[in-house]
Amino acid sequence: MIIRSRGEKIFSVFNHLFLVVLAAIMLLPFLHVLAKSLSDEAAVMAGYVGLVPIGFNLRTYKYVINNYEFLRSLYVSVVVTGVGTFLHVLITSLVAYPLSRDYLVGRGPITFIFIFTMLFSGGLIPTYLVVKGLGLVDTLGALIFPGIFSVFNMIILRNYFASIPDSLEEAAKIDGCSHLGIFFRIMLPLSMPAIATVCVYTAVGYWNNYFSALIYINSRNLYPLAMYLRQVVVDTSSQLVDLNPEISNLNPQSVRNATVIASTVPIIVVYPFLQKYFISGIMLGAVKE
Amino acid sequence: MTDLRRRPHKASSSKFKRLKQDKGLYLMLLPGLIVIILFHYLPMYGAIIAFKDFNIIKGIMGSPWAGLKHFSNLLYAPEFYRVFRNTLLISIYRLVFQFPIPIILALLINEIRNVLFKRSIQTITYLPHFLSWVIVGALTIDLLSPSGGLINKVLGSIGLGPVTLMDKKYFRTVLVASQTWKEAGWSAIIYLAAISSIDTELYEAAVVDGANRWKQTLHVTLPGIRSTIVFIILLRISALMLTDVEQVLMLYNPLVYEVGDVIGTYVYRQGLGRMKYSYATAVGLFQSVVGFACLVVANRLSRKYTDTSMW
Repeated sequence: MIIRSRGEKIFSVFNHLFLVVLAAIMLLPFLHVLAKSLSDEAAVMAGYVGLVPIGFNLRTYKYVINNYEFLRSLYVSVVVTGVGTFLHVLITSLVAYPLSRDYLVGRGPITFIFIFTMLFSGGLIPTYLVVKGLGLVDTLGALIFPGIFSVFNMIILRNYFASIPDSLEEAAKIDGCSHLGIFFRIMLPLSMPAIATVCVYTAVGYWNNYFSALIYINSRNLYPLAMYLRQVVVDTSSQLVDLNPEISNLNPQSVRNATVIASTVPIIVVYPFLQKYFISGIMLGAVKE
Repeated sequence: MTDLRRRPHKASSSKFKRLKQDKGLYLMLLPGLIVIILFHYLPMYGAIIAFKDFNIIKGIMGSPWAGLKHFSNLLYAPEFYRVFRNTLLISIYRLVFQFPIPIILALLINEIRNVLFKRSIQTITYLPHFLSWVIVGALTIDLLSPSGGLINKVLGSIGLGPVTLMDKKYFRTVLVASQTWKEAGWSAIIYLAAISSIDTELYEAAVVDGANRWKQTLHVTLPGIRSTIVFIILLRISALMLTDVEQVLMLYNPLVYEVGDVIGTYVYRQGLGRMKYSYATAVGLFQSVVGFACLVVANRLSRKYTDTSMW
């Protein structure tokens, strides 16, 4: 098979070592914060905690998962992500399908109308004024609707629809199936790999977004998890202590660490299952017209 | 079926027929069209408030025209040059320092034979891409804490540092480094895909010619992913005017505005913080126009030097 010189063997050893170190660099920040969140406050304050918890306890987690604000923002994130992803995938695939049909009259100009939104933007302030004008400010709608269509996802889906053999569509037409019927009964079920990929991208996007909440949401009870976490991280002790008298015997830094870990867990849990869809999306997007 | 036999001969009326036949397809476009009109085209129209003195009560139409006042204000504002320079510099630093790392990573991962090991490395290095900037920001803040942050402890033990987010000297470095940490693994995917599509016969031929792994990388792999590399550079050039606002908003503070304030954060503070709607829109419009120009240039170059174009 492959003949390996001594130089190549030495390289191979170093390559493995290097990648292990790299993976460690990716994981260490988490492990460090995790260790701190599980440690005794005094040890954290003194800076003794490295990667192993000192004075192991779950007090901060008990506080975080019983914290009303944390649970409420978790709920908001689940709603926004669920509803947003469903509508996004529906609307984006409804656009992608007609634009994947080469017989559609005006396909070029219509496609350009959609793609142009990726090339040029009116900017933050005019968009804010439109959202405000629609009465969406301080509603969950402001977190859901502005991101409900994406050119990138549309291209992924369009390429996938275009790759499905025409004969299926023709056969269905002869059987008297309408365009909408063909889309829902044939095209969507056949496109599940692409739909799943787009779902995953969109859900991650909604879940991680805090900027929309920062500009559109004023009331704390509509904060999604990312925005709540930002408050906890950026506005350090103030509101934690003010709003929650029972916290005073917990160190705000420990609570912050536990909140960071608790917010990361949902992503870490689903990540291994969804990983293959993330990667296939890159390939689908790269397929040329 | 009877319809088919009575199909008219003239091309124009058959086009009309098509439109009628495909009514369903046009209807499917409608929801998406409404969404982009509301959230993309209406704001483009709304951007005319950059040429007006926008008053929230009078609305976009009713506000008086102001000509180019806001643009001349912008040219006289020292802050504007600051954010313009910062935006550009951060993008250039990213291009120079962040861009080669995924390529090297892809080449190294590609050399691994053990599938399980390879998979694990990939899984771990992709992970940070899927975390919100709030989480990555929180980790960065923790690591760089002046009181016992892990990085500062390590640097301190070898007599360096401390590196803090309050320090102008290091702020841009921290921005580029934390973004590299978050995105390097994920950005490597596209190069791994390009490498895997290289014809294996090329490698076999190289082996016959006596090329070792290093020579194969140099003469087969790198030329094989050349067009991908060029395309990614051009994508970066087209995004020169954009900075990740979610990242900067997480990490910056007034002490480092001089080096870390970018167009996106400036527009946010001027517009939504200080309610200078028209001025902030003018700054945003400047960004959009220059950004669009970068994109057009990059796309033209892409067509010339690679077979791919962005549209």
